[in-house]
Amino acid sequence: MQVEITVNGQQRSDDVEPRLLLVHYLREVCGLRAANVGCDTTSCGACTVLMKGADEGGTGRGGTSVKSCTVLAVQANGQQVTTAEGLAKKGAGEGGEGLHPVQAAFRQEHGLQCGFCTPGMVMAAVGLLSENPHPTEAEVREGLEGNFCRCTGYHNIVRAVLAAASSGNGAAEVGNAAAGEERAEVGA
Amino acid sequence: MIPAPFDYVAAESTTHALDLLDSLGEDAKLLAGGHSLLPMMKLRLATPAALIDIGRLTELIGIRSDGDELVIGAATPHAAVAGSDLVRADAPLLAHSAAQVGDPQIRHRGTIGGSLAHADPAADLPMALVALGGRVDLLSQDGTRSVAADDFFTGFFETSLEPGELIASVRVPRQPGAAWGYQKFVRRANDWAIVGAAAINGRIALANMGPTPLRARAAEQALADGASPAEAAELAAEGTEPGEDVHADRDYRRHLARVLTRRALENRT
Amino acid sequence: MSILGTRVLRTEDPRFLTTGGVYTEDVVDERLTGAYHVFFVRSPVAHARIARVDVSAALTAPGVVAAFTGADVADLPAVKPGAMFNQQMTRPVLATDKVRYVGEPVAVVVTEQAYQGEDAVELVDVDYDPLPAVVDYADAAAGKVLLYEEAGTNVAANFGDATALDEHLFDECEVVTTRTILNQRVAPAPMETRAAAATWGEDGRVTAWIPNQGAQGTQGGLARLLGLKPEQVHIITPDVGGAFGAKFGAEPEHALVAWVARRLGRPARWTETRYENLVGMTHGRAQQQTVTIGGKRDGTVLAYRLEIVQDSGAQVRIGAMLPFLTILMTPGPYEIPQAEAIAKSVVTTTTPIGAYRGAGRPEASAALERAMDLFAAEIGMDPADVRRRNLLPPFTEPHRTKFGALYDTGDYAAALDKVLAAAGYDELRKEQAERRASGDPVAMGIGLASYVEITGMGDGEESPPQENATVEVHPDGTATILTGTSPHGQGHATAWAMLASEELGIPVDKITLKWGDTDLVPEGGGTGGSRSLQHGGSAVRQAAQELLEVARERAASELEASAADLRFDVERSAFEVAGDPDASVPLASLAEQERLIVRTVFTAPGATFPFGSHVAVVEVDTETGKVTLRRIITVDDAGFVLNPLLAEGQRHGGIAQGAAQAFVEEVVYDSDGNPLTASFADYPFLSATEVPSFELADMQTRTSYNPLGVKGIGEAGSIGATPAVQNAVVDALAHLGVRHIDMPASPQRVWQAIQAAKGNA
Repeated sequence: MQVEITVNGQQRSDDVEPRLLLVHYLREVCGLRAANVGCDTTSCGACTVLMKGADEGGTGRGGTSVKSCTVLAVQANGQQVTTAEGLAKKGAGEGGEGLHPVQAAFRQEHGLQCGFCTPGMVMAAVGLLSENPHPTEAEVREGLEGNFCRCTGYHNIVRAVLAAASSGNGAAEVGNAAAGEERAEVGA
Repeated sequence: MIPAPFDYVAAESTTHALDLLDSLGEDAKLLAGGHSLLPMMKLRLATPAALIDIGRLTELIGIRSDGDELVIGAATPHAAVAGSDLVRADAPLLAHSAAQVGDPQIRHRGTIGGSLAHADPAADLPMALVALGGRVDLLSQDGTRSVAADDFFTGFFETSLEPGELIASVRVPRQPGAAWGYQKFVRRANDWAIVGAAAINGRIALANMGPTPLRARAAEQALADGASPAEAAELAAEGTEPGEDVHADRDYRRHLARVLTRRALENRT
Repeated sequence: MSILGTRVLRTEDPRFLTTGGVYTEDVVDERLTGAYHVFFVRSPVAHARIARVDVSAALTAPGVVAAFTGADVADLPAVKPGAMFNQQMTRPVLATDKVRYVGEPVAVVVTEQAYQGEDAVELVDVDYDPLPAVVDYADAAAGKVLLYEEAGTNVAANFGDATALDEHLFDECEVVTTRTILNQRVAPAPMETRAAAATWGEDGRVTAWIPNQGAQGTQGGLARLLGLKPEQVHIITPDVGGAFGAKFGAEPEHALVAWVARRLGRPARWTETRYENLVGMTHGRAQQQTVTIGGKRDGTVLAYRLEIVQDSGAQVRIGAMLPFLTILMTPGPYEIPQAEAIAKSVVTTTTPIGAYRGAGRPEASAALERAMDLFAAEIGMDPADVRRRNLLPPFTEPHRTKFGALYDTGDYAAALDKVLAAAGYDELRKEQAERRASGDPVAMGIGLASYVEITGMGDGEESPPQENATVEVHPDGTATILTGTSPHGQGHATAWAMLASEELGIPVDKITLKWGDTDLVPEGGGTGGSRSLQHGGSAVRQAAQELLEVARERAASELEASAADLRFDVERSAFEVAGDPDASVPLASLAEQERLIVRTVFTAPGATFPFGSHVAVVEVDTETGKVTLRRIITVDDAGFVLNPLLAEGQRHGGIAQGAAQAFVEEVVYDSDGNPLTASFADYPFLSATEVPSFELADMQTRTSYNPLGVKGIGEAGSIGATPAVQNAVVDALAHLGVRHIDMPASPQRVWQAIQAAKGNA
């Protein structure tokens, strides 16, 4: 079936089978492999992305966080999806490397070790902050209960989210950088 | 991890959805948020031949008041129910229940209709609906019918939905200011309840104490007869035959039912 | 200004945060173009003879290229256990006549596209003739039902035996207490599951991308499984999404992916599902322990005995060997005049046991710390006082225990006092007393653990531990390091760059670390056992220093001065003639004519012994048994801290896993050997809401074993946290008569303990 999905600001048209999971659409069809598959039971959140309908407004809000392993690509037809690759605002963000404020905070607070849970964790955090811009520590922990991490013990992840929240740098906003384009200076 | 192959069609309206249900027959399932159905399909515990997507039908999404009831569209996500000012004012037990389902991502997709149709006895919303004495509006090509929560859950993951029927909306009584309590006992965040209890207006519902959400009728009767919450709660497990699993055996479940019922009757969350 | 000891942010992070790590499943490489997808049919029964494997229906499914059974791969050598184990416990790479655990691979299906695999696997028809399962420790040891009939026993190995035990060990004791406790099976469950991608070259070599903890070990392991020489195997290590001990060496599935690629003449790749991971990746721990402890009423411990039955799972792998390490660490940080330990490893019809964060040493600490608390309860003394009374006095010269471990440096009492002060121990006891007096149904518990652990082991004192490093400075002012370590989240790219930067004056972000490609780094010990910094880091430092000496000679001839008259200015990364800064030459320029590259091997005198003390504070709802972890405060002394940011991260991760074992996580089998916790919905994997933020106190007692003074930190947190949390739960309920609760302290287990204690009241 044909699906029209806007991924990180770029409109796409693809032919997919109905059972193609959104996470695999992003990874295999779009080549965006930051979102990972970590479980079979919608438990771990490593696949978390933001999704919103074209009719949903909101300035710079990327949508709501969803587990892309439990969304069919066909269900995302006509929707806008933002992945970790598409998160950074043009030129803004702490550290000047094109990192989104939440990504920058994760770096600053050492909120990642092996990195496997990180893209999903970051997207969940952006989703959390868009709904609750000033969470308490308990609210951060509850807000991330759908995202598992084995390496960090969550301590620095929580610190990163709280730091991003208090940075006032638009931690809940999402730029429309097309994946790859604005990335020249990052990770070189 | 990957569902077996199936056909997919996005319904353009509820009428269209009903036509499709009729023509595709019992091998077709309705898909709203997909957060009860897709996990089953990914484990191949469910293998429908076709999915009819009703998740974006605006006529099935939304929350409004209708006299002394709140009416919630079946495809309304849990997050919307949890965050609705109307529900929080008039049926806070329901808002709270919706806020307990899974985790934030799950709540952004899973819907009230989907959860009720799935009828997991350990889930939040079936228990909440029974506690509230709500009802579901079922729509078919023959028209609508309303089924009370007490009658809707008929067995283990079974409801009184007939072939060709869909849940159009869910109704709960408006009870602003009514005292209520809700207890969901889990071992670890984002789990289903090992046992759950919800109480409001003399009704007590239990989760995971049997094949369906149950009314703790002996405890309710004791309350009606003037017993205190603690006394009434002693009878919460009466007549129950709860299952056993890695988290809890029968005795421990019955014990939890008593403790959680007492706490719910003390209006604790 | 030294960079060592500072909080340098990781240079790895921007990539991980934006485009994401490139894990094995993400690898895009022209050598893998057109790769087939490999899937495994796995046994749904714990113990059975295989009567028939019928792949004919699967072969007709869309996209299926081939299907193979054990008979088809008979050319692969049998997998034998290590020499110290019962050699009859040999198994084929792919099951042939029997299966011994749920999840054991039975057949292989190969498809063109990934989504076709599960459809095809469903169509493989296997007839099993069930045999009785062996799940219980006693049943396994008794051996009525044997997993390996030729072995005549289920005992894979003995470590000492009961006849060697001294029946008079406790004669001098005024008080003796004994208990059999369980260190339960847990799942390492890294976020990245196992995976592999393989392709063969015209030269007959296989190139395999495998997530691992040491490419060189994986190369050797894969070569052995395939019946090849190591030189015929080229391992490339992509980013690895966590390992925790379970990604050492090579798995049968890795070998089968390579075998399929060779057989079909196309590259092949595989990623397991989480279900497969929870039944197919080795599990951790699984020791039944009988502890007996005795001493005087004044709190002096006189004797301690530890008897272990190690569940090895269905195969003899790393797990079967772990009791050796447990026994080595039997006395822990204490001075116990008489101590002995024995063990046996038995096979059971369950997932094989491997290494898991701490690998044998957490088991030793958990047993000992539980025993200390049992003893304290028996004599009615505060557990902190009992510990302080028995800890070894501080030492800076190596101290050999009666179990053969040579502890390098230690100040165990200081660690205990430090953590007690940081926790506010006296105030906590006061709060506990007040709440008990008020009859609070939520019971507060305070638990302690003091530990010492062994890190950076070599292969014994005849073969001391070592690691290699190569450092090269390039003419453009950048540098490259090759290491034999294998980071998978530990931050070596940043830490090793810090070490080189310190010596060479090249900025950290201009230094690149490479590892994990056996063609590039043919030797290395990998990352595990908390060895990397003390050996690998020391090697990097040493290589950089040796490189400067090579550079000095070149600079001398450039500057027409004698080498002795030159000074290296780290700030400018340049050699200058002493007293004449204008006569200088930049380090990088010395690489222009000839490569400036040095390889070195650092050899350590032996293993090091980090130590610490943990305090856990829990709240137990006595009505439901639910445990809430309120605080955990730790001292984890691993010598000099090179990068506090990274060290804290390692401690946090270890503490979380350690705490998780104490009160949340467990792998459960029913009596038929069916796994009941084989998904992340059923396995109670720790989430952010079960743990608080941790409180880390700093203590750095350097070792003399390497110039940096560093010991290993990676596993320490998990060693201290488990007994601290378990002891806290028991402590919470001590006033109700509870003396022990097995791990995990799940709500039901806690509630049942309370009821049992009431029944005994």
